Amino acid sequence: MAKKFLYLNRKAPYGTVYALESLEVVLIAAAFEQEVSLAFLDDGVYQIAKGQTPKAVGMKNFSPTYNALGDYGITKLYVERESLVERGLTEDDLMPIVYEDEDDDYTEKPSVQVISRTEMAKIMAEQDVTFSF
Amino acid sequence: MALEISGKTIATDEEGYLENLNDWTPEVATAMALAEETPVALNDEHWEIINFLREYYEEYQIAPAVRVLTKAVGKRLGADKGNSKYLYSLFPYGPGKQACKYAGLPKPTGCV
Amino acid sequence: MAMLHIVNKSPFERNALKSCLAHALSGDAVLLIEDAVIGVVSGSTLVTELQQAMNGNAVKLYALSPDLAARGVKAERVLEGIQLVDYAGFVDLTVANEKTQSWL
Repeated sequence: MAKKFLYLNRKAPYGTVYALESLEVVLIAAAFEQEVSLAFLDDGVYQIAKGQTPKAVGMKNFSPTYNALGDYGITKLYVERESLVERGLTEDDLMPIVYEDEDDDYTEKPSVQVISRTEMAKIMAEQDVTFSF
Repeated sequence: MALEISGKTIATDEEGYLENLNDWTPEVATAMALAEETPVALNDEHWEIINFLREYYEEYQIAPAVRVLTKAVGKRLGADKGNSKYLYSLFPYGPGKQACKYAGLPKPTGCV
Repeated sequence: MAMLHIVNKSPFERNALKSCLAHALSGDAVLLIEDAVIGVVSGSTLVTELQQAMNGNAVKLYALSPDLAARGVKAERVLEGIQLVDYAGFVDLTVANEKTQSWL
């Protein structure tokens, strides 16, 4: 039976390698056909911020890759509202990541779900395995 | 390792993937295919997949896993092409691995 | 369905402990190891939050005693209600809780 895997992302991108490493592990693990979801809280919300342009700091912009997650069957990206608010951000500051629903004539649907801290705690409790980055 | 193309030396890694993605030209793909143990002359069907991979990389900054590639090719180019049998017939060393190499992309993460 | 949360960063430098306490559910356990143990000293600015987690939210708090000893923190300086465990106790906690989650 498929297990529920949660990738917990709490670090901003580019300053450390956590965000990129998490994304690479997610893409590899997606091959194992488990129920994978991603959580973005604390500084991790910046990983899916719009308009990332790291060229001048000499890093590759890997943010477009989050748009490929739908192709890999990953359609749940949970973002904590309190973490956004604490940082002066709103949902409009996030990339509009979508997936195509195969069971609904390939209609594009949003992958990003902004949820409360209480809901985030429940989602963590529901997982079989959590990977922290 | 390296490729020699019209007098220019192009660096590749030990598996033949480009060291520098910007070195890619269609001639690089042709030369890589001809350098195989059993040389391959690239035809339109090969190019269709190579170009598809380059567009995918341009958009998402990754080489797709073979499962994702198969599905995406099926959607874009039709079900008769979106299956392993067709893709392996074009790229017998593994559609992800071999086609990505010709397309000048890095080896797909965790791919066949 | 209890979870063991593990925190290893100083709460004075990073927000991992704070964020962990904000997400731990009633019945969960939180174990502080490595630099995180300096947060349990009685009189620190963390006391209110730690007491709220223990008393208000029924979260059990633990600190790894070898890490306290390494940093010169004696047991009597530890905030009341926080249980000290050694490495064997660490193992027991991972067994007693169905799942573990690290806060890096």
